[in-house]
Amino acid sequence: MTTTYETREHDVLIIGAGGAGLRAAIEALAKGCTVGVVCKSLLGKAHTVMAEGGIAAAMCNVDTEDGWKPHFRDTMRGGKYLNNWRMAQLHAQEAPDRVSELEQWGALFDRTEKGTILQRAFGGHTYKRLCHVGDRTGLEMIRTLQDRGVQLGFDVFMECTITRLLTDGGRVAGAFGYWRENGRLIVFKAKSVVIATGGIGKAWPVTSNSWEYTGDGMTLAYEAGAELMDMEFVQFHPTGMVWPPGVQGLLVTEAVRGEGGILRNKLGERFMEKYDPKRMELSTRDVVARSIYTEVKEGRGTEHGGAYLDISHKPAEYVKKKLPSMYHQFKELADVDITKGPMEVGPTCHYVMGGIRVEAETAQSTLPGLFAAGEAAAGLHGANRLGGNSLSDLLVFGRRAGMAAADHAKRVPGSNIGSAQIEEAEKELLAPFSNTAAESPYAVHRDLQKVMQSLVGIFRTEEDLKKAFAELEALKDRADKASVEGSRLFNPGWHLARDLKSMLTVSEAVALSALARTESRGAHSRIDYPNYDPVWEKKHNIIVREGGEMKRRESPVEEMPEDLKQFVMAE
Amino acid sequence: MPDATLRIFRGEGATGGQAVDYTVPIAPGMVVLDALHYIQGHQAPDLAVRWNCKAAKCGSCSAEVNGRPRLTCKTRVDSLPMDQPIVVMPMKSFPRIKDLVTDVSWNYTVNKKIPAFRPHQNTDWKISQLDVDRVQEFRKCIECFLCQDVCHVLREHDAKAKFGGPRFFVRVAGLELHPLDALNRAGLLKDDLGIGLCNITKCCTEVCPEDIHITDNAIIPLKERVVDEFYDPLSMLFRKIMGH
Repeated sequence: MTTTYETREHDVLIIGAGGAGLRAAIEALAKGCTVGVVCKSLLGKAHTVMAEGGIAAAMCNVDTEDGWKPHFRDTMRGGKYLNNWRMAQLHAQEAPDRVSELEQWGALFDRTEKGTILQRAFGGHTYKRLCHVGDRTGLEMIRTLQDRGVQLGFDVFMECTITRLLTDGGRVAGAFGYWRENGRLIVFKAKSVVIATGGIGKAWPVTSNSWEYTGDGMTLAYEAGAELMDMEFVQFHPTGMVWPPGVQGLLVTEAVRGEGGILRNKLGERFMEKYDPKRMELSTRDVVARSIYTEVKEGRGTEHGGAYLDISHKPAEYVKKKLPSMYHQFKELADVDITKGPMEVGPTCHYVMGGIRVEAETAQSTLPGLFAAGEAAAGLHGANRLGGNSLSDLLVFGRRAGMAAADHAKRVPGSNIGSAQIEEAEKELLAPFSNTAAESPYAVHRDLQKVMQSLVGIFRTEEDLKKAFAELEALKDRADKASVEGSRLFNPGWHLARDLKSMLTVSEAVALSALARTESRGAHSRIDYPNYDPVWEKKHNIIVREGGEMKRRESPVEEMPEDLKQFVMAE
Repeated sequence: MPDATLRIFRGEGATGGQAVDYTVPIAPGMVVLDALHYIQGHQAPDLAVRWNCKAAKCGSCSAEVNGRPRLTCKTRVDSLPMDQPIVVMPMKSFPRIKDLVTDVSWNYTVNKKIPAFRPHQNTDWKISQLDVDRVQEFRKCIECFLCQDVCHVLREHDAKAKFGGPRFFVRVAGLELHPLDALNRAGLLKDDLGIGLCNITKCCTEVCPEDIHITDNAIIPLKERVVDEFYDPLSMLFRKIMGH
């Protein structure tokens, strides 16, 4: 078959244009590399745009006793000690500089009375750490990075989906993809590739995630032979909207609780007293999510199966100023005025702590030349992520990935990309047009979501997880047979048929890891193993492709140095 | 609950195409984007729709519903008259790709003309909340391009070569009013972005989903700056005398 495709060449190719991808691009450009950025959506519309809470950084502008060590400790405790300690350390140490840098590039944050960046409280953070602007910090961040990147001059390939990484002799050599607009093929040659494609929420039906979040980057890495880690740790944010049905899953930012919002069940009880009397509503997300789920399960849920989140006790002007998008979101989409009455909220699939396994200092994956940063990478957040730590993660490790990718690109010679890989990629991509089975990709997606919600949700059991495998196998079969009608011109059915492969791969990885970890820790809850297990405390689940199959291994958690351990375990 | 009829434009490329009717069961609180998804999932799998967040934050799902530029994720079906089909068309001001998806790349080329934030030298980075509040309005733009779509200078007159459009006047306002920005973009506004072509019709303000008062708070003050700098005879005389 003749393969007609356009070819582009860059030193560094970045897949994903959210906070991490853009920050990596900026750093690679600053180091003198040519940079290409590929994104599935339009520039500036990545999922980062929805982040509302803020950037966690020990700036010490409000709570002067703060510092990188308390931030490090909070992150490790939140992650139930499964974190890559070195990543957590670098993150805590470097976040303040990354925030100042963002300000120097034009980002505007809310201020203290002294004119410095204001910081607010958030779940799991001992001190007030979140730098924010109203409730649209994500938008501010991505616009600032977008402006800076455009100014520095990167090539952007918008609405272009990468379907396969290309390799040469055991290292990354580029990527294969297609333009969503017209279905034409494109091959990117690059010496380094950075994956910053975000998470996997679209495999669940109730999620706060955008359309893009189908686990593409993790699947690309996995199929090229890189290791994934900690895939069982999927965070269900406690407060997503529950009604009306169209908005189920939409995020209600933790900032509502950070600004004083209170959770009550249908009996009017402030139920967090039962589950975490010390921190109450500002407990870590895994605890709050399970609490709400339990209240509902035991019959104390609201009319539509959630809990009440109430901030109406605060002055209306304050609420409208600090939480404008929440105010509008509820008013316009749910006919609820949050200054007058409570919101109905419930758990929603929000974030995956697991992802591509990387080295702390360089964000290098186990495949040479392949780097990963942001939600797509694993390690920083351990078993559970604190709010605000993602935006800071994007900046700290986006920069490190860009830096290391640039260094790598300067060191290695160019590669050859064998045409066999490209032909195979093209064949796989175009298969849905010739499949005759009349299997709808939309139906497969809906069924996948049902499986994940019921069998791989907040509370897991061995029986459910084993059932999930069988279902996922059947779904993989159906996805292979998915057929699409119409042309290659902006065909969402075809795009979905392609994205299904990613969703199925990451779903299998989650289920496999969840089945193996016979304990409950952080975001991973096993009804049949409800306690911590000291053996599992020291192990990560690693997922890798061997002999064309998904295999699971274990890898020891790296021990913290003694002095840090003392600090973290104290009190 | 009754069904709704959606009349959706289907077509490929810049010319041709026609409106096609689809019947969609209504769920409580449904938005137009929900209906489009239903149609994709059950009736027309290749219906081209651009969307991403479904929470009115990313600005991807812009279209024209019953003749009005709207975000489809924010347009409640129950806010529309139910005794007639709901007409959903692509944005008129941008070249059509397919169905409801248009080519908005021109906006990104305009953006490149605008010099980015440059701080004053020797700033101590202390900013007052009041200064931050003043400029927030402009910085919450989600780049949905509905204002660009509705503005007659672009929509009827297709003046893309000489007019930046409301979105970019908002962008410039967001930079010019940044308390620490040191650049002066008045010349850019006058020449490259053609702010003089705006005749304050205010359609942009009407369609903005973020309630940005584009005309009153961004365009008019920027016009005043341009006038002060380039058309005020006293200023010109002053500058001549001082040798600027």
